[in-house]
Amino acid sequence: MIRLIFSTALRMAVSFFLIVTLVFLATRLSGNPLDSIGAQGLTQEDRVLLTRYYGLDKGFLDQYLAFLAAFTDGQFGLSFIERRPVAQMVAERLWPSAQLLLTSIAVTLLLAIPMGIVAALWRDRWPGHLVMGLAFLGYAVPNFVLATLLMLVFAYWLNWLPVVGNGTPAHFIMPTAVLAAGLIAALSRFTRNAMLDVLGQDYIRTARAKGLPERVVILKHGLRNAGITILSVVGLQIAGLAASGSVVVEAIFSWPGIGDLLVGAAIRRDYPVLQFGVVVVSVAVLAISALTDLAYAWADPRLRRRAGGMSR
Amino acid sequence: MMAATRPAPMAFWQSLGPFHRIVVALSLALVALAVLAPWAAPFAPTDQSLMSRFKPPYGFDGAKDGFFLGTDELGRDLLSRCIWGLRLTLSLAFLGTAVGLLIGATLGLLAGVTGGWTEAAIMAAVDMQIAIPFTLVALFLLSMLGTSTLVMVLVLGIAGWEQYARIIGAETRRLMAMPFVEAARAAGATPARIAGVHLLPNLVSPIVVQMTLSFSNIILLESSLSFLGLGVQPPTATLGAMVGVGRDYMPNAPWIVLAPSLLILSVTFVVQVLGDLARDRADVRLRRR
Repeated sequence: MIRLIFSTALRMAVSFFLIVTLVFLATRLSGNPLDSIGAQGLTQEDRVLLTRYYGLDKGFLDQYLAFLAAFTDGQFGLSFIERRPVAQMVAERLWPSAQLLLTSIAVTLLLAIPMGIVAALWRDRWPGHLVMGLAFLGYAVPNFVLATLLMLVFAYWLNWLPVVGNGTPAHFIMPTAVLAAGLIAALSRFTRNAMLDVLGQDYIRTARAKGLPERVVILKHGLRNAGITILSVVGLQIAGLAASGSVVVEAIFSWPGIGDLLVGAAIRRDYPVLQFGVVVVSVAVLAISALTDLAYAWADPRLRRRAGGMSR
Repeated sequence: MMAATRPAPMAFWQSLGPFHRIVVALSLALVALAVLAPWAAPFAPTDQSLMSRFKPPYGFDGAKDGFFLGTDELGRDLLSRCIWGLRLTLSLAFLGTAVGLLIGATLGLLAGVTGGWTEAAIMAAVDMQIAIPFTLVALFLLSMLGTSTLVMVLVLGIAGWEQYARIIGAETRRLMAMPFVEAARAAGATPARIAGVHLLPNLVSPIVVQMTLSFSNIILLESSLSFLGLGVQPPTATLGAMVGVGRDYMPNAPWIVLAPSLLILSVTFVVQVLGDLARDRADVRLRRR
């Protein structure tokens, strides 16, 4: 287990380094990043200042080192547009993003896992078809189209919900619904397939033959084992989906989170913000997937024993 | 080979249920509409008429003759813009798919044929790409390189290459162990010839399935980016961009946003159904093997 934690941490470190390097190379692909925002009017003074700050007057290797240094000084560079430390701008956005993500993930877990179980138990009857149909729609309807349609109906026509922004519980309803829709589609399918695999196993037949109540067979023997499979897929898939989804959803509903910040930065070409944001979100997704790997190894006794055996 | 009594498309059509027949017909209609846009659209997509701005579709009060779906904020015919938007959306998706396939197939074949360090490096790149949420990478690249059609096609290509590389890499490794490849190698065929003549024809069916499956992802990605204002710039518009711009007029002129939204819905629906169909067919064939 310790060995596994160590190798996971090492892989994380390598990935982090690779991401930072790729971001640096991509930035320099387009030439001097200050030229692209010349139109927004940098004064000569600012230009000199920023040039020195990013080491743009030096050689390639020095620029790279300066870029790495910008990641270690705690400020992560200065925004081209707002002229304040990027770390500060991102920090302000963390909590709203986390709120939206946590609500959506909670809704997803509450709905998708029961839906997946139902779809597996009544695979060829209407409940199964209904769940799979809904999951299909969740995949096929683009989130921005769903958001636009919901906004049109519930905010403009019925006047039930606020259009954009955050603050009251009512503000959560539409962004959460849109973000969760995609996640539910993915997770309910995974759950269904994992449950179907597990329910075909011998130990389920044994459990039933022992005369255990069906509830215990399904929840204790079935879901617990399916849970391990679900966990192995879900970490990366759901984290990636949630990250991509919240970028679009936050931008649509003007939700003051990191996604909204990044879309704004992309449109205004505020590279320092964009660079840092890409690194932060990628690292967050990598960390979540690494954590699920560990949780997976810990939850599966077979893997736990094997990991223990290796370190012996 | 079986006696070819029917041409393949007919056999395919007859193997479909009624639902899939409708979807296939709809997909052909959409493609035809996109291809024939210059003749199918009643107006040029950029024709403005400030005298007839915000006209509602037929059947609503104030509709104007000749503008079936109404007009937008600049008095442009919405039906024509939808048809041209469909054309641009589908063209970008096809080009993006082609670029992704080109990159992915080349790297996948390279990984499968050479093995060793090359393969390890390519597969590490694949894992990396799977791990990072691509919407972010796309935002970054579009902001960096500017929002031209060329950049968009490249971004869409990069979005899907790793799936092709993964599948083709794995399948190539399997094929490399087969006797006919060994025979070719023993006869002195170069690795490039083995890849082109002996491997590629055997990879066609997994590639086609993957293309159908990832086509909907590419459409989703392109329309989301265009919706956010990072796609091909106005006055040319893809369907996603039309929804994004139309949102500003939603309270008073909802048709501007509804028409392209519903069209995108039908496109993604059709593409998704076809993707599932292709995968199911391939699964059946694999199971039979």
